Amino acid sequence: MAKITLKVNKKEHTIDADPQMPLLWAIRDIVGLKGTKYGCGVAQCGACTVHMEGQPVRSCSIPVIGAANKSITTIEGLSDDNSHPVQAAWIEEQVPQCGYCQSGQIMAAVALLQKKTSPTDADIDAAMQGHICRCGTYPRIREAIKKASKKMTVKG
Amino acid sequence: MEPKDISRRKFIRATGLSATALTLGFYFSGESKASTIIKGEDAENYGVSLNSWIHIDTNGKVTIVSHRAEMGQGAYQAIPQMIAEELEVNLDEVNIIFGKGDTVKYGNQITGGSSTVRGTYKNLSKLSASAREMLITAAANKWNVPAAECYAEAGHVIHRPSGKKMHYGELVVDASKLEAPKNVQLKKIEDYKLVRKPLPRQDTPLKTNGTAVFGIDKTLPGMLYAMVERNPRLRGKVKSYDDTAALKVPGVKKVFKVTMKVFDTDREGIAVVAESTWAAMQGRKALKVVWDDTGFDYVNTEDIYKKMKAELQSKEGLSAKKQGDPDPILAQQKTKLDVVYETPYQAHACMEPLNCIAHHKGDSIEIWGPIQAPDWVQGDISQKMGVKKENVIVNMTFLGGGFGRKAFLDYTHEACLISKEAGAPVQVIWTREDDMTQGPFRPGVSYRAEGAVNNGEISAIKFRLCGQNIGHWMGSKKDVPNDSVLEGFQPHYFDSIKNISFSDVPFETPIPIMWWRSVYASTNGFAYESFMDELAIAAGKDPLAFRKQHLKSDRCQKLLDKVEEVSGWKNRKPKQGYGIAITECFSSTVAQVVKVSKDATGKIKIDKVWAVIDCGWYVNPDTVRAQVEGSIVMALGAATNHEIHFKDGLTVEKNFNTYRMPKINEIPPIEVFIMDNNEDAGGVGEPGLPPFTPALTNAIYDLTGKRIRKLPFDLAKV
Ligand code: FES
Ligand code: FES
Repeated sequence: MAKITLKVNKKEHTIDADPQMPLLWAIRDIVGLKGTKYGCGVAQCGACTVHMEGQPVRSCSIPVIGAANKSITTIEGLSDDNSHPVQAAWIEEQVPQCGYCQSGQIMAAVALLQKKTSPTDADIDAAMQGHICRCGTYPRIREAIKKASKKMTVKG
Repeated sequence: MEPKDISRRKFIRATGLSATALTLGFYFSGESKASTIIKGEDAENYGVSLNSWIHIDTNGKVTIVSHRAEMGQGAYQAIPQMIAEELEVNLDEVNIIFGKGDTVKYGNQITGGSSTVRGTYKNLSKLSASAREMLITAAANKWNVPAAECYAEAGHVIHRPSGKKMHYGELVVDASKLEAPKNVQLKKIEDYKLVRKPLPRQDTPLKTNGTAVFGIDKTLPGMLYAMVERNPRLRGKVKSYDDTAALKVPGVKKVFKVTMKVFDTDREGIAVVAESTWAAMQGRKALKVVWDDTGFDYVNTEDIYKKMKAELQSKEGLSAKKQGDPDPILAQQKTKLDVVYETPYQAHACMEPLNCIAHHKGDSIEIWGPIQAPDWVQGDISQKMGVKKENVIVNMTFLGGGFGRKAFLDYTHEACLISKEAGAPVQVIWTREDDMTQGPFRPGVSYRAEGAVNNGEISAIKFRLCGQNIGHWMGSKKDVPNDSVLEGFQPHYFDSIKNISFSDVPFETPIPIMWWRSVYASTNGFAYESFMDELAIAAGKDPLAFRKQHLKSDRCQKLLDKVEEVSGWKNRKPKQGYGIAITECFSSTVAQVVKVSKDATGKIKIDKVWAVIDCGWYVNPDTVRAQVEGSIVMALGAATNHEIHFKDGLTVEKNFNTYRMPKINEIPPIEVFIMDNNEDAGGVGEPGLPPFTPALTNAIYDLTGKRIRKLPFDLAKV
């Protein structure tokens, strides 16, 4: 066990945990933010995606010690009122079905749009390919990313 | 974390609603203007009940119960949307809460068979209209005017001549004392304000900011976490185990053997109960278990398919349906078709792995989880745990997918056993590997199809199905045919095909099996509609025209006309890679046209899918479209990406690296059309799945001349 400082959504949490515990379980079970999901545990599905220092990472495959003192953003940190343009686009396109994969999808989309404000279909394919949606919401995810891109470029 | 501390205003912004919606377990009180949150447990005490679904408090706040599981298919929206229509309230001003398992209150709650709307809409519409009439009568009595002079709108009753107006809250107490009228006038489709409108789903905003509470997200005070190391052979047992190292893992509290029921057989495993998910996982890893596989059948996929093929050649099977007699016709024909189609076993692979919280309190048990059939769980747990039914409380959370798996009763039973032994509320979490390897699976099914055409028409068809029968696991008799043999087959084919038979060649393995989205239609559809294509080609006919010729019903004709029109079928040329299929299940018919081409590397590329669904009466066209889109993606995965294999009684695929799901770059553009008519409601969640695969393989035949009869196949290697 070790004392580890996590900076999640701009808030510091000092936790006492096994340093090898994946960041995912630290976020869910200790910090108590349940929006980040467990889907496979082996970096294959993307449900656990959060941002670490602005980069999308698979929290199931990072030991919590590797995230110590780094700035982490989870779905809850995007906005709790769905005001982030990607969240808004997701609602307009009515993307979610069961919704379980969507935190990860949204975090990946936000990271993509931060890098490329007007992504092409190929950019979307490349960025979103590691993200499984068993409900098959892919066509709507693509449309929502394009819509969010428009919202962000108009604004910005 | 449930949004306990979220302010009302913020919550309203968050959900995009002008009033309140809820996440499971908590919702906002209508009585108080402040952000008081009432525990979900008390939710049904909320306001005055006009019936099991409709509760109105004295401020006029309406609460509607959604008694079916929300697993992505939109029940959370559809049920309130149809209730609000007849009740005359604005949907964005009502609370929606999940119903607990309760057959007395809600009747059948199993969310399966695409039944949420088609199984309830008549009853719920009537109940809601009668609640509305009771409110109108209460107002008329108060004003001392004839009820006929009053009408309801947006949560108010209005007296037309005087313009007097009262909100439902002022009337509900009186209304609840009235007798519910027996014969109520339902609205006409053209007067609908909510139904048939593509209204945004009320659960969407909860799923874009992480606040929707799925089973895995629920926590209780003092809750422990458990993982179970189960025998990896599908029905093996535990011989012995050593928990010394496991108990040394920090956070591990208890280790014990647990035996849950998988249908009527036992599945044994060792449970590790700990303070966190991670500690339970680590403790589990440290276990040393010796398994007992005596009497276990070491099944192998190859042997299964070899055996099914042999059975189909040598056995007639149990006759499931026969019209005329195809045998003598087939015997006379020199040029007849006689082919075998094979479909694989599949895992449900819901995005949210199985999990369940149980709190065994001695003479009562409370359960929370992603559950498709809360009423079944209630009955099952009562019986297996020896606790009175009314003392078993089953709470539904949002489900991260269900597809049939979460209608099964093993994981809830196991959680109860573990909580009992641990003496605390426990959340049992299955890893992805547990979820994928333990089954139950969709059965792999093989088919033999024989047929002949004469003068451009089908003269005889003989279908034989060979595969495990789900019914046998639920106790149905083994000498009666599988009643699902006809699933997927458009029944109007019987109007024109005079000599046709279906039989079931019984086949048993120790592999536990269960419903999987669209059940047998998911494999039948491939066999039957591939064969229709083969017959069309044998008859020298256009495949779409051939279906029209054999499906004479008005609804089928209209559906086929529509898919012909939207897909541009008429202007296409043969060998351009167009394929069609039409199937029926759960009272809805769906036709799809798929267009394929070859890319520079020779790989088959799916250019486009057009789908037309005739589901009769429906609630939300956007949900209908979403369900058909999702069904197509799921079918695409099962046809071209993934399959469950067995080797020596072990499941080979364990996670998404080998059970490879389709990804965003593999998905073609999909266009969905809905037929508008006044027919009875059909299902929506499943019927879009079966026609996709045969439409795809028929398109591949059109392009390449290659007939695909075995699933899954690799689009890069056709
Ligand atoms: S849970 Fe991390 S990628 Fe699947
Ligand atoms: S919405 Fe269900 S898995 Fe993506």
